[in-house]
Amino acid sequence: MHANTVEALMSRRNEIMRKAVGLDYTKFEHKGIGFDYEGMMDETGYTLEDITKIQQSSGVGRTPLYELKNITQLARNLAPRGKGARIFLKDEAANPSGSFKARRAAVSVYHAKQLGYEGVIAATSGNYGAAVASQAAIHGLKCIIVQECYDSKGDGQPEIIEKARKCEAYGAEVIQLTVGPELFYTFLLLLEETGYFNASLYTPFSIAGIETLGYEIAQQFKSDYVREPDMVIVTNAGGGNLTGTARGLLKAGAMKPCIVGASVDLKGLHMASDEQFNKKSFTTGHTGFGIPFSTYPDRSDVPRSAARPLRYMDSYVTVSQGEVFYMTEALAVLEGLERGPAGNTSLTAAFYLAQQMDEDKTIVVQETEYTGAGKHVTAQLSFAKDKGINIRIGDPKHQIPGQSIILPSHPNLITAQPIDLMHLKQSYIKRLLADLYNKKLEEQELEFLALETKLSIKQVLRLLEDVLETKK
Amino acid sequence: MLNTAYKGDYVRIHKIILNPDERAEHLPEDTKKVPLEMWVKGFLMHDQAAIGDSVRIETYIGRQVEGRLVEIHPSYQHTYGYHIPELSFIGRQCRALLKGGEDLAREYSRSFDV
Repeated sequence: MHANTVEALMSRRNEIMRKAVGLDYTKFEHKGIGFDYEGMMDETGYTLEDITKIQQSSGVGRTPLYELKNITQLARNLAPRGKGARIFLKDEAANPSGSFKARRAAVSVYHAKQLGYEGVIAATSGNYGAAVASQAAIHGLKCIIVQECYDSKGDGQPEIIEKARKCEAYGAEVIQLTVGPELFYTFLLLLEETGYFNASLYTPFSIAGIETLGYEIAQQFKSDYVREPDMVIVTNAGGGNLTGTARGLLKAGAMKPCIVGASVDLKGLHMASDEQFNKKSFTTGHTGFGIPFSTYPDRSDVPRSAARPLRYMDSYVTVSQGEVFYMTEALAVLEGLERGPAGNTSLTAAFYLAQQMDEDKTIVVQETEYTGAGKHVTAQLSFAKDKGINIRIGDPKHQIPGQSIILPSHPNLITAQPIDLMHLKQSYIKRLLADLYNKKLEEQELEFLALETKLSIKQVLRLLEDVLETKK
Repeated sequence: MLNTAYKGDYVRIHKIILNPDERAEHLPEDTKKVPLEMWVKGFLMHDQAAIGDSVRIETYIGRQVEGRLVEIHPSYQHTYGYHIPELSFIGRQCRALLKGGEDLAREYSRSFDV
């Protein structure tokens, strides 16, 4: 019998993970700070073609790509003459569980089945839980979803309660917890007790599953419009969506698209705070995940995360909660598409960025998600009102996350605020070098840092100098 | 509300996973003060139990879990919430702007400005 204190369990973490993912992560480690990322990605043993087949056999993928003509026209009406790029939307809500997460789950659950696991476990409060539960149902595996759902008063986020319902509808067991990072502790205990597969969001299987999304966008664009999109905007939280989509575009030979990450700005709200947990109206797609998972991807539930957004991101912007709610309404009323709010984060950014680009340019918003009771603009604003958040119409730039939500009084007030990517890259390097700052880095380590930050070695050396300077 | 559950009834149980003093380090103060709690649903394994009793259940996938009985025949009560007056102008404003009706579009939101 093992001891089950938080510390005791954490010390068994690597051993539990090896059994639960079927991957020995240690073999990808380089000497020093780096590891063999592409080697780890190849370790899935599945080609893009294999993955496409796996997904198609369980109803995943081949989702429609719509041109949002009315939203494009609205953007053009607000933009200077000649500006207003065409906006397209990949309708990922058409997947079996209602979001692109089905792509990630399809590969993980298929793989778990191949390896002979009896069941799968995932730690997620979001669409991914529904996706794993749905795929487990298809493949006849048992499924446990672990959610962070309630504050200490037992008040649950309506969006998360809806996800629990959906998981249970697919025959999964749902464990609901109060706020706190020890969700991971519960998760490890369950892995150890059941011996199930860890269908983590961050394994190579999960990220390989998203590559088909980028690949499909490139193919659909090529066949319908005989070109590559100029920009692909991705709602960014844990980084997997952006990483997988960008990799898929590259595998399709699409080198042109500028890859933009977009997150809802929740600055000032602490993600592990019991009191602040229910002050937010977005449970994903926000900076509370987006920024820490960019600067420290290996904070996830596997030893090395396959989601590494800084490797692929060309720019990163934030939008506010009220702006996303406005665009969610606009999508329904102008395009006849009622889709969940969080997935419309990238749509909101696209609406603004389109106005800065020429009319002949194209932007792809690469996902949508389902909507329903609890997971809806009115449900989330009602919850916010009950929590004392001030909801009003005005200029969204005055919004303070956790205190107010401002619905823009005019769509010309919708903007996307750039995040300084160089600053994020610096934070990434700073964290990594916390204990090593006197050591001279080897060539291989520098190359690793260059790949991790999408910079040249020369730029990395300059960043390193800056980091050392601030340390002095 | 039902107070007694019988064998095989679908119920919800509650359990303390970590007391405040067992919680991880580096938590915000407000989180550190409260326990880590858990809820899960399943089928009652005892002949009979009342709300508040310590019970054992079998979950949907067949796992056995112990905890305190808190709900019998648990249901989902989440909804679309209230009517939100601050949202009503958006659709009409967008449609007006699409037709070039800037004045009308401003009128739609102005009526809500405080």
